[in-house]
Amino acid sequence: MKIGKHLIGIRGLSKADITHILDTAEKMKEISDRPIKKVPALRGKLIVNLFFENSTRTRSSFEIAEKRLSADSLNFSASTSAVQKGETLLDTVLNIERMQPDAYVMRHASPGSCKFISNYVKGSVINAGDGAHEHPTQALLDAMTIREKKGGFEGLDILICGDITHSRVVRSNIHLLKTMGANVTVAGPATMIPPHIDKMGVKVETNFDRALKGKDVVMMLRIQLERQTKNLFPSMKEYYLTYGLTEERFKLAAKDAIVMHPGPINRGVEISSEMADCRESVILDQVENGVSVRMAVLYLLMGGGEDEASN
Amino acid sequence: MKKPETRRKEILDAAGIQRSLGRLALEIFERQAGNRDFALIGIQKRGVPLAKRIAKKLKEMEKLDVKVGALDINLYRDDFSTVGTAPVLRGTSVPFSVEDKTIILVDDVLFTGRTIRAALDAIVDLGRPRKVELAVFVDRGHRELPIQADYVGLSLNTRRDDNVELMLEETDQKEALILESGEKK
Repeated sequence: MKIGKHLIGIRGLSKADITHILDTAEKMKEISDRPIKKVPALRGKLIVNLFFENSTRTRSSFEIAEKRLSADSLNFSASTSAVQKGETLLDTVLNIERMQPDAYVMRHASPGSCKFISNYVKGSVINAGDGAHEHPTQALLDAMTIREKKGGFEGLDILICGDITHSRVVRSNIHLLKTMGANVTVAGPATMIPPHIDKMGVKVETNFDRALKGKDVVMMLRIQLERQTKNLFPSMKEYYLTYGLTEERFKLAAKDAIVMHPGPINRGVEISSEMADCRESVILDQVENGVSVRMAVLYLLMGGGEDEASN
Repeated sequence: MKKPETRRKEILDAAGIQRSLGRLALEIFERQAGNRDFALIGIQKRGVPLAKRIAKKLKEMEKLDVKVGALDINLYRDDFSTVGTAPVLRGTSVPFSVEDKTIILVDDVLFTGRTIRAALDAIVDLGRPRKVELAVFVDRGHRELPIQADYVGLSLNTRRDDNVELMLEETDQKEALILESGEKK
């Protein structure tokens, strides 16, 4: 089964595609527990990690996934590149293209940049975050973690709370979770909820306590400290008091609810230290699953061969 | 394009498969006499139920407890970059150490030998067995690599473009060994 040539977004993937990626990721997980954490599947393939925006965890996670599949990787970050000298995105890519890479993993501040680049390259393009548009592998690793803990998606009540407007994680997650049959509610200060988000089929709530009631999954988003200068909320302290996830508040959620966060977490801003470290927190499982999901995506996009082994 | 006509012939039925498997299990037992430190690892997907059945027979006939693992070789294939679809992964699960054990690889059909080549690579990534042997249900010939089986349930004369298919209850909801021959060109 082919999931396509590129992974630009979750939008456009079917329920069967998503299930296939998650099933494959589950099988990849075992490789990271071996003494020799490497398989030869992508031997001789060159993957370029093109990061025009800073990223530590996503880039490391992709890099580890590439290494576990034996691909060669080239890291390219904007801060040390010719972008500083005025080269355009397309020129940068066309230059790299002549070095015959088989895939690009790209992060860029502009929504649509990955789609744009995919029209000019021979290999696969994997979106590692394009502005506030999508971050498909994050949504997939979240989904893998939810499926692991909850067994499935059908009928699950999921809350995503925080800066909904500026989050690419939210868009990918809404597409994915709705496709898989979950109910999604978004919550946050009105200044951080984009107009018409309800058109994506989600419930909108500005009262956090009300939003938390009976939820099976509580996903907290990072408050980007740099956004505070935009006066979207009065102070960090006030944000914590109104939208911070605390032990007391968490009691409103369903009895066996789990806590998620795409990281990096700001303790005492969107989540209390106790909640970040509690038994119900699966934040570090998300990080672990990130490697397996990225291995699965690289394998499925770049893999070939017949379905059945020829004995 | 019209699909070329093929003839399907049932070589073994359910009872025949049982008998051949019984013989295979007995042979393994005789050759491993005195060696209690051996384990079976089935190659996905049909090698896995076969390995489990052989282990069950060894338990029934000889009261032997043999560990069974499953090996997915798709990440080790030599035809990976051929254009097409990435093969479905069924997963590797070897819940014991292969270190210093005799590992008997189990597969349904031995043909070109390429699957076994990949399996050998996969095994050594899990550790260093003392010895690796190969048990197959059918050997149909036409090897492309210097690989041979230590235990063979049935040897079958086939043409290169024939298709040999072992169907098992666990994977195909049916028991049969089928030989499908293409029309002569």
